[in-house]
Amino acid sequence: MSDAELPPVIVGAGPAGLASAATLVKAGLRPIILDEAARPGGQGTRRLAPAMRSMSQRLMGGNATARTARRERDEDDILRACDWRPGSLVWGVFGNRLEMLRNGVHDSLEFSQLMISPGATDRIMALPGWTLPGVYSLGGAQVALKHHAALIGQSVVMAGSSPLLYLAAAQYARMGVKRLVVVDTTSTRDKLKAGLGMALTAPGTLLEGISLLLELRRLGVRTITGASLRRIIGEERAEALEIRRSDGTVERISCDAVAYGHGLRPETQLAELAGAEFRFDPVLRNWFPVIDSDGRAGPRLWLAGDGARTGGRVAAAKSGRLAALSMLEARGELPQSTDREALRRSIVRLRQFQTHMAKAFRWPHEYAATLPDDTIVCRCERVHAGEIRAAIRKIAGPAEINRVKAITRCGMGRCQGRFCSQTLQELTAATADLPVSDVGRIRAQAPVKPIPISASQPETVQP
Amino acid sequence: MNAAHYDVAIVGGGLFGCFSGFFLARMGKRVAIVERGHVGAQSSGANFGGLRLQGRSLSQYPLSLLAQTHWEDFDELIGEGCEFDRNGMVYFAHTPAGKERLLAYAATSRACGLDISIWEGAELKQNLPWLADTAVIASHSPRCAVANPRLATPAVARAMLRHGGTLFQHTEIVRTTRAGDLFTLECSDGRKISASKLVNAAGGWAKAICEQFDEAVPLFSAGPPQFVTEPLPYTLKPSVYAIEGDMIIRQIPRGNYIFAGYPRTLANEDGEHTFVPPHKTLNGMRAVATHIPSLRNADIIRVWSGVEGYLPDMLPVVGESQTTPGLFHAFGASGGGFQIAPAVGECLAQIICDQNPSVDLAPYSISRFRTEVEKSEKLLREFDA
Repeated sequence: MSDAELPPVIVGAGPAGLASAATLVKAGLRPIILDEAARPGGQGTRRLAPAMRSMSQRLMGGNATARTARRERDEDDILRACDWRPGSLVWGVFGNRLEMLRNGVHDSLEFSQLMISPGATDRIMALPGWTLPGVYSLGGAQVALKHHAALIGQSVVMAGSSPLLYLAAAQYARMGVKRLVVVDTTSTRDKLKAGLGMALTAPGTLLEGISLLLELRRLGVRTITGASLRRIIGEERAEALEIRRSDGTVERISCDAVAYGHGLRPETQLAELAGAEFRFDPVLRNWFPVIDSDGRAGPRLWLAGDGARTGGRVAAAKSGRLAALSMLEARGELPQSTDREALRRSIVRLRQFQTHMAKAFRWPHEYAATLPDDTIVCRCERVHAGEIRAAIRKIAGPAEINRVKAITRCGMGRCQGRFCSQTLQELTAATADLPVSDVGRIRAQAPVKPIPISASQPETVQP
Repeated sequence: MNAAHYDVAIVGGGLFGCFSGFFLARMGKRVAIVERGHVGAQSSGANFGGLRLQGRSLSQYPLSLLAQTHWEDFDELIGEGCEFDRNGMVYFAHTPAGKERLLAYAATSRACGLDISIWEGAELKQNLPWLADTAVIASHSPRCAVANPRLATPAVARAMLRHGGTLFQHTEIVRTTRAGDLFTLECSDGRKISASKLVNAAGGWAKAICEQFDEAVPLFSAGPPQFVTEPLPYTLKPSVYAIEGDMIIRQIPRGNYIFAGYPRTLANEDGEHTFVPPHKTLNGMRAVATHIPSLRNADIIRVWSGVEGYLPDMLPVVGESQTTPGLFHAFGASGGGFQIAPAVGECLAQIICDQNPSVDLAPYSISRFRTEVEKSEKLLREFDA
């Protein structure tokens, strides 16, 4: 079948995927949209659980409720014009086919044009005690609230260094969590230094951030900056977060839950299985798929949103639209006049904003070198920092992260390295005394998420 | 740059290369292993980890039994562990043809001194209660074992280093020449290595070296589909093989079930990877759900394969080159290399040192490919049509 005969396939119905779908629909196509979730929206614009809807005004503040209702109506309109397949977990890409679980049963889909926009998750640095019950990622704390209509605790510390830090804290404060402490591991001085660049590239986003800070101050939420996280203490579950403040004093903050994170980590496994190449970004200190200015990553492959390049919701939508225009161009169906040049300029600016933001919310890479040996790095396989160091230091030991994974099992478990890979990269580099760009990245393997054995329909077993 | 000189240079840091290097170093030879990547990174590290004695061809038993004694003494021999576990192994059959084969295998195994129990009916149910009623007969061999392939090869490489050997990792050979009685290896980093003897233990990549010395060998690369489940309570002690080949499964004490199955898949054209086509993963899942119904709700967390060298008679090449004095081969184990590796390394070291090998290597001579060899029935059974 030629490119023009199969409809474009979009994986991920967040801002990028939906913007991409809208552009394709407008050009007269009926794209297929797959999402693992039952409802569209992705993470940042995740739809509220029914039990939370009446509280949407309180949670989001301002005129967000009306704005959200309008946006969700628009999303529904787009999806009605698409072949929308919720509950579809794509677990592999082989040649020109996607392999997936559709509501728990295996399904397969041929494609000629594939757009992947799976978003991002929190970037996590391991910490003693981080696997205790009661410890969440910042995104996880938001999912609890929006999707499960639940708070992670009544006495909560939000910690780390991430744009999500102040947003999650503000949402918890608005929902009436009184005992709330914010611990930002980047100093105010570093933030101010990054401020100018942020103001020049995306003043609106910077203002949103500042208004969150002011809101937290108004609500009387205690905020500590420039501290380092030492450990999470607790017997059965998290009971306190121990920090070292910028003046060197150690403080224990009592709590019944901790949410923490250090920025975002792109979801790239499917892109890799679909053939994307990767490049190390020295400023963000992480690997990203190689894309052109419109998000094209291969003859049949486009990437958009935070899964391609961290940029936030607005950049995600714009990159989704750009990718769709590029897909249309490849089909010979590019609309006569487009806003392509303006979109490209805008995305460059928004992504520059991220490089400034990476200085305002620093990834604490140096912490990996000081991680106590008995800290769990890989929680799926229970691999400790000391085991990883010992393996690397052995004669004929590995200094490449996939070999470290093979020897120690770090990153081999259920989450396929989503939570430990960032720590593992830094720990391997620090132990082997190599630049982090030289120790590699965990290779993606299908299935990118666990699939139950029962998903194979019990047809005939091949003898 | 002047070439560093060794008595023996070994191309390939897989398990064959490392065991050969280990035994040679122990016999006092100056030996160097040249590996273009990491030791044990290919099929030596990605295989199922089975140390299976049942179901081998009659001619392979001397080698296989010698190897097992080394695995049983691995910790002492090598100086560190590799999660060796004498967990026993079960073949079961779910078809009449399978039953016939199982009984034939059992007869061969017993003739070679293995202690084999045959279970049918109530005894089968009692010993293997988790097996579905589709199973009609099983044979149990308590001496079969497993080891962790990811740990074994680096451990043997370290033992070789302790005995004075040299290891060059991340060293690709760009040219191999022979002048007089000396082989010279030119490496991509400019390093030159010269040696009086050369061992070709390059696994799935061994054919190129053979061709360089005008030695034809019908080697091809492939790998079986494999997957692993999340950790579950440890209940399945022996390794379990459906004799029909659709399911080979074992559980490691930490709880994960490891699956392998046939048919195998040919390696990619680049020769560097073997993909697992999704339908083979799905067939494997179906087989597990059919034969061990209690695993139906287990989650699969990883799928992989490897690049293994295969020969049409499913036997390795171990021994001297027929074209080039001083050149020795150890490759083409056809999916069965992990278990026999210690014996391959020992025997090869012996012939390199002009000693009589502990096991007659005649069945493994490369000379057998001068004429058309008979294809193994396993080759027909274990590959795509």
